[in-house]
Amino acid sequence: MLEADSLSRRFDGRTVLDNVSFSLGEEETLAVVGPSGCGKTTLLYMLCGLSAPDAGQVLLDGNPVSRPRNDISIILQDYGLLPWKTVRDNVAMGLKVQGVSKAKRRREAEVRLDELGMLERADDYPGTLSGGEQQRVAIARAFATRPRLMLLDEPFSSLDALTREKLQQTMLDVWKRRRVPSVLVTHSLEEAVTLGRRILVLGGSPATPVACLDNPGFGDPALKTTPEGFALLGELRRTLEGI
Amino acid sequence: MKGMLRYAVVLLVLGLLWKGAAIALGGRILPDPLEALSAFVQAAGTAAFWKHFGASAWRVLAAMGLAWITAFPLGLFMGSVRRVDAMLAPFVFLTYPIPKIVLLPVFLLVLGLGDASKIVMISLILGYQILVTTRDGVRAIHPRYFDSIRSIGGGKRHLLFDVLVPAALPHGFTSLRLGTGVAVAVLFFVESFATTSGLGYLIMDAWGAMDYVRMFTGIIGMSLLGAALYEAADCLEKKVCRWMFLRKKS
Repeated sequence: MLEADSLSRRFDGRTVLDNVSFSLGEEETLAVVGPSGCGKTTLLYMLCGLSAPDAGQVLLDGNPVSRPRNDISIILQDYGLLPWKTVRDNVAMGLKVQGVSKAKRRREAEVRLDELGMLERADDYPGTLSGGEQQRVAIARAFATRPRLMLLDEPFSSLDALTREKLQQTMLDVWKRRRVPSVLVTHSLEEAVTLGRRILVLGGSPATPVACLDNPGFGDPALKTTPEGFALLGELRRTLEGI
Repeated sequence: MKGMLRYAVVLLVLGLLWKGAAIALGGRILPDPLEALSAFVQAAGTAAFWKHFGASAWRVLAAMGLAWITAFPLGLFMGSVRRVDAMLAPFVFLTYPIPKIVLLPVFLLVLGLGDASKIVMISLILGYQILVTTRDGVRAIHPRYFDSIRSIGGGKRHLLFDVLVPAALPHGFTSLRLGTGVAVAVLFFVESFATTSGLGYLIMDAWGAMDYVRMFTGIIGMSLLGAALYEAADCLEKKVCRWMFLRKKS
């Protein structure tokens, strides 16, 4: 359903990403890992149309993505919540842009918040929430528009280990109910193994795909403690060290 | 409640300092605080005092309103559109350090001796501060908020009303609140000549008549006006920018 076709991106004359191609099927998740600064965030920005590639193109269901569209949801680093809007209004923001009536988007936002256990904080402002709670709101916001494609940029990286694992589980629960195709950028190999059906490793300068590993056991937080999970982590680590 | 108590303590300390200064200066130039206060209370029961107070309050409020409706949108515009900023910023920053108050005679000649020249003078001085703070505030908005709106397909209208305006409001309000002091100071100056109404006139008139107790009626009145404006701006800011004043819940 999603096709990244030879994407390249330059910044100030320096090529950051070169010839990145991959595809994502229905009900699939792809985790993108790589050294920091290798252009993972840039890749996500190109996938959702926030940034245009210098070469190549992104196809969603066969149509080129050239500008942001409301059927692609992205969870930005630092959650992307607006501090001046209540939790409810933040979640409803995507629906507001779509022109959904106020009463309807409030109801929809509350259903999403309830699903993530955040309904009682609907009238609070993001600044009063903990990092984990803000991330829950960001997930609720991303699912509120019933997206065709989900993009996540280091979604759990600024959370403590316990909160991170709890939220990965929450994310998986929500995802399993909807099975929205998702691309997740992370620097945590454990996270990639837990959440990615396939794992794309970017590396080099400029960054190009160096490996794409299959991970049929994804979706189980305990996977990283099993022999297969352990073997996959080892393979990932070796691939990254070899770059 | 706590705020009221703090106010009371501050007033008490100021009263004591005043009392000490009155004794030191011999009581003629600086009247006793209680005498001044009782004269003020007496004056507050007269229509004449409220006529002066009302004239001053109208001028300064109109000026604050005028400053806000011109400077805040202009600050938004300059802060968010690079080309506009490149064109207007040099004018603003070159004229910013000029003391605008020296233009009062020009204003009086052009706008006449009535309220218009006074209101425009105050709003010009206050407006510069609102303009510069708002513009700087808008330029400092983190790009992730724009990305957040653009990523869901939001257009210019959403960027304006869901990011620019709410992000700029606290900056505008802070300069408005801090500007109340300047506004009242300029008010005093513009009321000190070519008028027969306003607290500034009351002060200057009493001073000329060497009626120092009456002079302090005007001074206390102007202080109250300044304090009321500051508190009103503060309340408005806390109401409109609620998210700025919240603490994390445990």
